[in-house]
Amino acid sequence: MAEDAPDPMLAALAEVPGLSDPRLEGGEYVVDAARETLLGAMRTLRDDPRFAMAQVMDICGVDWPDRAERFDVVYNLLSVALNRRLRVIVRTDETTPVPSVHTLWPAATWWEREAWDLFGITFAGQPDLCRILTDYGFEGHPLRKDFPLTGYVETRYDEERKQVVYEPVQLAQDWRSFDFISPWEGVTTLPGDEKLHRTRAGKE
Amino acid sequence: MSETTVPEPGATRTVEIDSHAINFGPQHPAAHGVLRLILEMDGEVVERADPHIGLLHRGTEKLMEYRTYVQNVPYFDRLDYVSPMCEEHTFVLAVEKLLGVTAPERAQWIRTLFAEITRVLNHLLNLTTYALDVGAITPPLWGFEEREKLMEFHEAASGARLHANYYRPGGVSRDLPAGLADRIGEWTERFPNFIDELEGLLTANRIWKQRTVDIGVMTPEDALAWGWSGPPLRASGVPWDLRRAQPYDKYAEVDFQVPVGRNGDCYDRYLVRLMEMRESVKIIRQCLAKMPEGPIKLQDNKISPPPRREMKRSMEALIHHFKLYTEGFHVPAGATYTATESPKGEFGVYLVADGTNKPYRCKIRPTGFAFLQAMEHLAKRHMLADAVAIIGSVDIVFGEIDR
Repeated sequence: MAEDAPDPMLAALAEVPGLSDPRLEGGEYVVDAARETLLGAMRTLRDDPRFAMAQVMDICGVDWPDRAERFDVVYNLLSVALNRRLRVIVRTDETTPVPSVHTLWPAATWWEREAWDLFGITFAGQPDLCRILTDYGFEGHPLRKDFPLTGYVETRYDEERKQVVYEPVQLAQDWRSFDFISPWEGVTTLPGDEKLHRTRAGKE
Repeated sequence: MSETTVPEPGATRTVEIDSHAINFGPQHPAAHGVLRLILEMDGEVVERADPHIGLLHRGTEKLMEYRTYVQNVPYFDRLDYVSPMCEEHTFVLAVEKLLGVTAPERAQWIRTLFAEITRVLNHLLNLTTYALDVGAITPPLWGFEEREKLMEFHEAASGARLHANYYRPGGVSRDLPAGLADRIGEWTERFPNFIDELEGLLTANRIWKQRTVDIGVMTPEDALAWGWSGPPLRASGVPWDLRRAQPYDKYAEVDFQVPVGRNGDCYDRYLVRLMEMRESVKIIRQCLAKMPEGPIKLQDNKISPPPRREMKRSMEALIHHFKLYTEGFHVPAGATYTATESPKGEFGVYLVADGTNKPYRCKIRPTGFAFLQAMEHLAKRHMLADAVAIIGSVDIVFGEIDR
């Protein structure tokens, strides 16, 4: 995409040390960042007048359990001066901390706390890394793909002990998840159909 | 596992011995929901404010990964339950972006129309309860009557007063019923009078001004650094409105002003919202005038369901209906961060699709999260009663903050 029409924003992003592969995804600027040099790159994005990303609107995690570095940390930056958004993506795993950007944008503190709470992504230099959305004393990181939707515990009020108690979750009905891959789309190797699929693929 | 790897906190907090802490909430009527605000007080002055959120956490983002795209729309009503349709708007725009489709003209006008009705609905609730928090009982009594009229419009269009579930990827669920446009038109004639009355109650009111002017001042630099958006950011003097800067649906084709404040205090935040209601009425009028006839959802039955009467006769329509409501449509792999100007500010959805019928990840960027995070910055060295005014002025709803 960048080769077709050189975009000044993409060219400028490519020059920033620590950022790699600037690209346009559906009209949105996306760039990958190296974990080690994240702070410097983010500082450039904030202070360089070519980017002027004065705001971090959102920091969130995405879990890809099949990857070696399973987590994406996604920073959605906004420049109100240039009316432009930028998405910075950093990869990490369960144990490697990502440098905290709360010194650049104070708003990052709660977003980082949230990413830690829901995914277990750690942020180096974040002084206030504690749970934010889940309950006091919650165990686990619920938005990881290997955390079951129903969770592990459920609460109820115990009349005898006069308090709310946690108990292992009991499901009246088994968890059902349907496979929606249609046999007309998913199975492409029915014996005898190979030629048909080849011609279809060739047409499309 | 990873709890053990949390880095040691670099800075330790010094806690004053002679201060005392107050638990504000979680069941305080002025907390606008379940906010537990731990206030460290020096006498009657707030020294430190530590909001504890998450008491209304329902795991929306996790649930959404197990539902089809259309099944996920109602979750957005339940986020910010004061402005349901604006939240849906963000989600359907994000899905449309990944699908690469655009809603028909009339649907876009209807969505713009109801986004603005929802904006008035939200501002009416916020301004009046905010006034209630600082001691005025009349504004909510009057304002809730007006809200009722707007919720009747919601009900006429969607069938529900609050949790509308009206917007759809590719349009809206059904057309406006006959006569609704005229009723909304009549309402736009009368509503400016109500704004005048509300203004008469508050704008020059001595008690109101004593409670809000120069309280919780946010400089433009701080407002940006704290990730603010929407009316509170504009009250701080930053002319930033996504409807104007990054227009979606029909906002590029309507004429409206963006009110901007100067002082960034609680009073300016009130004034900005008040002015925005007048602008919303203008937009609503233009929507009604410019709205063409035509289809209200995409005519592609792979995305939007066929009309019911067609299902009775056409086998194809029946199959499409069945497939859409069991399997749903598949969204091509990709990611988008789509944000709209919800009444409270920037409401964003970071949607990651993996080519199946369910979102791989849907991060919801709540507006109030950023406002509440700045609570300590705003309330420091203010009186306890001012903390209440500040919470009212930033317009927080816990449905969206806690998700």
